[in-house]
Amino acid sequence: MIGFDLITDHLPVLTVVIPLIAGFLTPMIGWIDRRLCWYWVMLTMFAVLLMTSSNLYTVITSGTIHYHLGGWTPPIGIEYVIDLLNGFVCLIIAFIGLMVGIYSIESIKKELPNKIIPFYSIFLLLITGLMGMTITGDIFNFYVFLEISSLTAYALIAMGDRGDGVVASFNYLIMGTVAASFILLGIGYLYAVTGSLNIADMQGLLPSIYDNKVVLAALAFFMVGFSIKVGLFPLHAWLPDAYTHAPSAASALIAGLMTKVGAYAMIRFMFSVFTPEFVIDITRMAEILTWAAALAIIVGSVLAIAQSDIKRMLAYSSISQIGYILLGVGLANVIGMQGGLLHILNHSLMKCALFLVAGAIFYKTGIRNLHQFQGLGKKMPVTTTVFLIAGLSMIGVPGTVGFTSKWYLALGSINAGQWIFVIVILISSLLNIVYFWRVFDNIWFGHPHEVEHIKRDEAPLSMLIPMVILAVLCIFFGLFAYYPLHYVLEPLSNALLGIGVLP
Amino acid sequence: MSGIQESVIIRTVVRIMVPFIQIFALYVIMHGSSGPGGGFQGGVIFGASIILYTMIYGHKEGKKRMSDKLSRILSSSGVAIFALTGILCLVFGGMFLQYGVVPLLPDDPAQVSRLLIDVVEIGIGITVLAVMISLFFDISPPETEEEELVASEEAGQ
Amino acid sequence: MSGIIEIISAEFNYWIYVTLMMIGFYAMIAKKNLVKKVIGANIFQTAIFLFYISLAEVKGGTAPILLHGHEGADVAHGAVNEVIYVNPLPHVLILTAIVVAVSTTAVALALIIKIYQEYGSLEEDVILAYRRQLQPEFSEYARQKQEGEQ
Repeated sequence: MIGFDLITDHLPVLTVVIPLIAGFLTPMIGWIDRRLCWYWVMLTMFAVLLMTSSNLYTVITSGTIHYHLGGWTPPIGIEYVIDLLNGFVCLIIAFIGLMVGIYSIESIKKELPNKIIPFYSIFLLLITGLMGMTITGDIFNFYVFLEISSLTAYALIAMGDRGDGVVASFNYLIMGTVAASFILLGIGYLYAVTGSLNIADMQGLLPSIYDNKVVLAALAFFMVGFSIKVGLFPLHAWLPDAYTHAPSAASALIAGLMTKVGAYAMIRFMFSVFTPEFVIDITRMAEILTWAAALAIIVGSVLAIAQSDIKRMLAYSSISQIGYILLGVGLANVIGMQGGLLHILNHSLMKCALFLVAGAIFYKTGIRNLHQFQGLGKKMPVTTTVFLIAGLSMIGVPGTVGFTSKWYLALGSINAGQWIFVIVILISSLLNIVYFWRVFDNIWFGHPHEVEHIKRDEAPLSMLIPMVILAVLCIFFGLFAYYPLHYVLEPLSNALLGIGVLP
Repeated sequence: MSGIQESVIIRTVVRIMVPFIQIFALYVIMHGSSGPGGGFQGGVIFGASIILYTMIYGHKEGKKRMSDKLSRILSSSGVAIFALTGILCLVFGGMFLQYGVVPLLPDDPAQVSRLLIDVVEIGIGITVLAVMISLFFDISPPETEEEELVASEEAGQ
Repeated sequence: MSGIIEIISAEFNYWIYVTLMMIGFYAMIAKKNLVKKVIGANIFQTAIFLFYISLAEVKGGTAPILLHGHEGADVAHGAVNEVIYVNPLPHVLILTAIVVAVSTTAVALALIIKIYQEYGSLEEDVILAYRRQLQPEFSEYARQKQEGEQ
């Protein structure tokens, strides 16, 4: 069929263009009827999910996809490259976007009744920015999409709690501008010494100029810029406020995606632009990253224990989980890298589920202080079971998805000879138990005399379905981690570290 | 602000200049591919002309020229022109935004390329002008109490 | 002494861009007024644009506009008399980056307006102090103070 061929050949660019057009057509659709916006968003996200799964399948079976925009061959033109890393992260973005899209209609109707149309337009533009950031193979195009996703995130956060949301968004704006400007500066330095903007091209051009100070400066700027974007301690100050004061659906989306895509960007720049030998042997940036990540793991968990607002607690827990991902990336052996990459998948699933639960609890009861969660186990049994599964997965109980990635990280640290990281992972799992158990305790073992006359009052169905799907996937990937590991992550880690070649 | 008008000289000069500024903006948009200029620059100049008109003549006059609905339609359609041109190139077998494959003038793909670049720049210019004007209207404070009431009602819808 | 002057004058564009960048960065961090922070962000980004444009300069080059470009198809394709042009790629990159900077400034100003409507002030310390007062249920200390007052 002519039409089908048309779509399948051009999937890489359609993955970015379809949410873009849909985002700009949403105000016109919203004029007709407000509820149509939600169907439109779900339709778009479903189409994007189909396209990204097809992309990943094509990459696994036939190898890296190269797409030359405008017919110009690289390095003159912009190129969209989909290899295993891209396809993997794009699929996560599309899936989490679809889940939050399904969840969002009830939540937004309650929290932001006047702003349904702007919320959905900015939602689709955020997905466009994240997709573009992941798919592109040209570093300046990457900067453009990075700024698109940042600006839409600022707008989404500013729609949250009165007053608090706007201040949190302004804080994030200033720090995000510094980060993006440093990244732009790094891109300028690399362009000045290589004359090319294409990632694959630079991989060939950079090894001959490793001793040039400009390349070192570029690496420094990139690492600082990405650390701010990713929320690596001590550059994390925007993260707690931004996650806490955003609307519930926006929190789930931003918490599940933005830091992950930032981590993907760090991996891409560290291992595909600056080749592995530069990062590991010559500058030892990978080692510095592991120590910073270990610090982030401990500090994030400790600070989470001190919080009373559940969304703030989950935000500090995110800071520590980003430490896990970067620990895996920095360890620079195959097993550690697999653990870090698997943790990208895990964290998006778990954190998104947790934020969706917090949003559902806020929707039904208006409570965000976790000391007031007594009796919720009886009132909202399905929601709190999802919280239980996701919480156990964060702690790392065997059988859930968190255990697999922590196991691989521990094995990777042992392989690298750094026993202290194993101790760090164990201590932080214990700290995770401390703050999660406090919430479980309040939910199920609350004061007995208040619990008896509570009726069952579950969250609406459109909010339950995504949460349950995410919880089921947590357990599924915990038991059957073979599929992502063998097909995607193992060849990917080998390729990134320069040991094997991509198929 | 209401009741006080700018002097006659300013009002007359602005009324004469605004069309010329708009023509200059169109010139900048269309000559983007062979000289300084392009979609964004021309769109900003066009938006500046309407903003100048609004600053001198007041909000009500400005809103008559460029109402909210028109802004919304223009911003959506500008991006739609851009994306649809790209997809048009997909339909005719080339890559996204590979202008040469569209068979408008069968023997000269370079000329077709130049034409379609201008179409895309027009689309970008339309979106930019709509966004600039709507930004100005959103950021500026309401002029009279009646406008404030109307603005808060509209925000409540 | 003459060595330093030589170093500075040979690469003065880089020294200028670094000075501007640090001025902008200092403003973003140290100034308490929110509008001054946004101005600092603008100076910071402008310095980076200056850096890019200064990269594009070629000695003896002229503006990168194709001569005789709009007279007809043949002349444009044919040889233009050997003219040295400056590198046009950084100019194009900076056009895009300027759009990004303008959008960021627009979002920042819209946020500042909302903050002013909510808190009545644009000074950072006033806003922070006001926010700390408004959160009794999330701070043990504030709750005890409230109970102590009642």
